[in-house]
Amino acid sequence: MLLAIDTSAGTSVAMVDGDRTLAEAASADPRGHAEAIGVLIERVLRESGAVPDAVVAGMGPGPFTGLRVGIAAARAFAYARGIPVHGVCSHDGIAEGRTAPTLVVTDARRREVAWSVYRDGERVDGPHLASPEELPSVVEGYTALDRVDAVEVSAASLALVAARLLAAGRPTGPDQPLYLRAPDVTVPAGPKRVTG
Amino acid sequence: MAEPVGVSAPVGAPLVLGIETSCDETGVGIVRGDRLLANVIASSMDEHARYGGVVPEVAARAHLEALTPALDAALARAGIALPEVDAIAVTSGPGLAGALMVGVGAAKALAVALGKPLYAVNHLVGHVGADLLTSSDGDDGETGETGGPLELPAIALLVSGGHTSLLLVRSLTDDVELLGETVDDAAGEAFDKVARLLGLPYPGGPEIDRAAAGGDPAAIAFPRGLTAAKDQERHRYDFSFSGLKTAVARYVEAERDAGRPVPVADVAASFREAVVDVLTAKAIRACADHGIPRLLLGGGVVANARLRELATARATDAGVLLRIPPLALCTDNGAMIAAVAARLIAAGHAPSSLGVGADSTLPVTVVQA
Ligand SMILES: [Zn+2]
Repeated sequence: MLLAIDTSAGTSVAMVDGDRTLAEAASADPRGHAEAIGVLIERVLRESGAVPDAVVAGMGPGPFTGLRVGIAAARAFAYARGIPVHGVCSHDGIAEGRTAPTLVVTDARRREVAWSVYRDGERVDGPHLASPEELPSVVEGYTALDRVDAVEVSAASLALVAARLLAAGRPTGPDQPLYLRAPDVTVPAGPKRVTG
Repeated sequence: MAEPVGVSAPVGAPLVLGIETSCDETGVGIVRGDRLLANVIASSMDEHARYGGVVPEVAARAHLEALTPALDAALARAGIALPEVDAIAVTSGPGLAGALMVGVGAAKALAVALGKPLYAVNHLVGHVGADLLTSSDGDDGETGETGGPLELPAIALLVSGGHTSLLLVRSLTDDVELLGETVDDAAGEAFDKVARLLGLPYPGGPEIDRAAAGGDPAAIAFPRGLTAAKDQERHRYDFSFSGLKTAVARYVEAERDAGRPVPVADVAASFREAVVDVLTAKAIRACADHGIPRLLLGGGVVANARLRELATARATDAGVLLRIPPLALCTDNGAMIAAVAARLIAAGHAPSSLGVGADSTLPVTVVQA
């Protein structure tokens, strides 16, 4: 029984038993993660009436501020219940169920997109960042890709990915957020003069 | 099975776990009523040093990694199991939005997972709540009682790298008034910026303190922001440090341009004196104006020895009782947030909504969001 949480796009929470989704709740608000997260987890627990034995956390890529809300919640929930947390790349949830070669593309802000390539349901490249203009040339080595531009990620799909990997005895991952970008800071030069 | 949040009604002194992530310290504290059981703080200060100030994204990333280890350490220190807590408290603002949201997300998940009520608390009121906490088991053994009942109303001067506020506290749970605050830089920020001007590392507070040793605080007449007669109408209790910072820069540049060595000790001592002079003068004046002979200090800048010294001297002269919590409770911490929540619970306040957000500009009049 998996409780899955993803805030890489909107906020999505689901309770999944094997390949059955018992409850799912989502908010599409791209900036309301902190508001939505508690309400949605509570609703999914109540509606499913289930007791999860692990938590699945969408690790991005996605806008950092929102992404962290879900990961923090997933880790805290798992900690409180004494159950493990399994990180899963959020793009894997988007590609779940697609067997054709697929290019998953999500917004990465700063005029960049995050992309991953899937073949036979497996991620074979990515996630990486690219500008929208350079993306076609970056992936031109992959032929016949179905392109999926996703604006939402389903926690239930993410749970299915995790369930399949766990059932096969394979590791999930990553454990850390997929930021793909260092914090945007510059080491300051010396103080600027105030007198001419 | 998760119970609906907010159904538990704690009897006696509530056992509260508080989470604080408003700036660069990940704080988890545990209190039983006014009694401090654990105060664990993980700081990302070192990661900000090379940037000369707190970088919000760096702070937020650090919070996410520090939270569960801090929870673990706090529970071990308090000697309790997480399911024993009566409520989860969290700072919902003011502070850095992205940093606050890590704590809010984690606190909500804890509350839901445990079926316990959530209390979203104002960070600044938390600094006042820190003074309530009593502890007899300091890390260095039996250090005697600190804290104790805080008599209200009281004036509170809260000074850190993120805020500089003067409050009138009539009730910790229901009536906190903002008398004044900084109109530009926080005092701690001014210390950081002047330290940089003098070529000293971050954080600037302790560096300026060190550099000022042996310096003459009266050597250079640096300006005291918002103390002129014309400012006493609108900005009687407000602070401004950006003019002071510029004055220090002008002075340092003039010395360098003239080929003279910068008298670092005198500059540091004179700058520090200008800051603590204004802070303490306005705080004592607020006490006098309101007829309230009680002043509480809070915030990381309280670590500054000269601030404590001048506040003590002026409070004594003015017949004002001065309260300074232990330093580990002056800097940002989760215990102070838990302390306010414990008072809110004792006063019969309902839990916060599970839909509460992080508010980077939460006004101090909103004790509980
Ligand atoms: Zn603070």
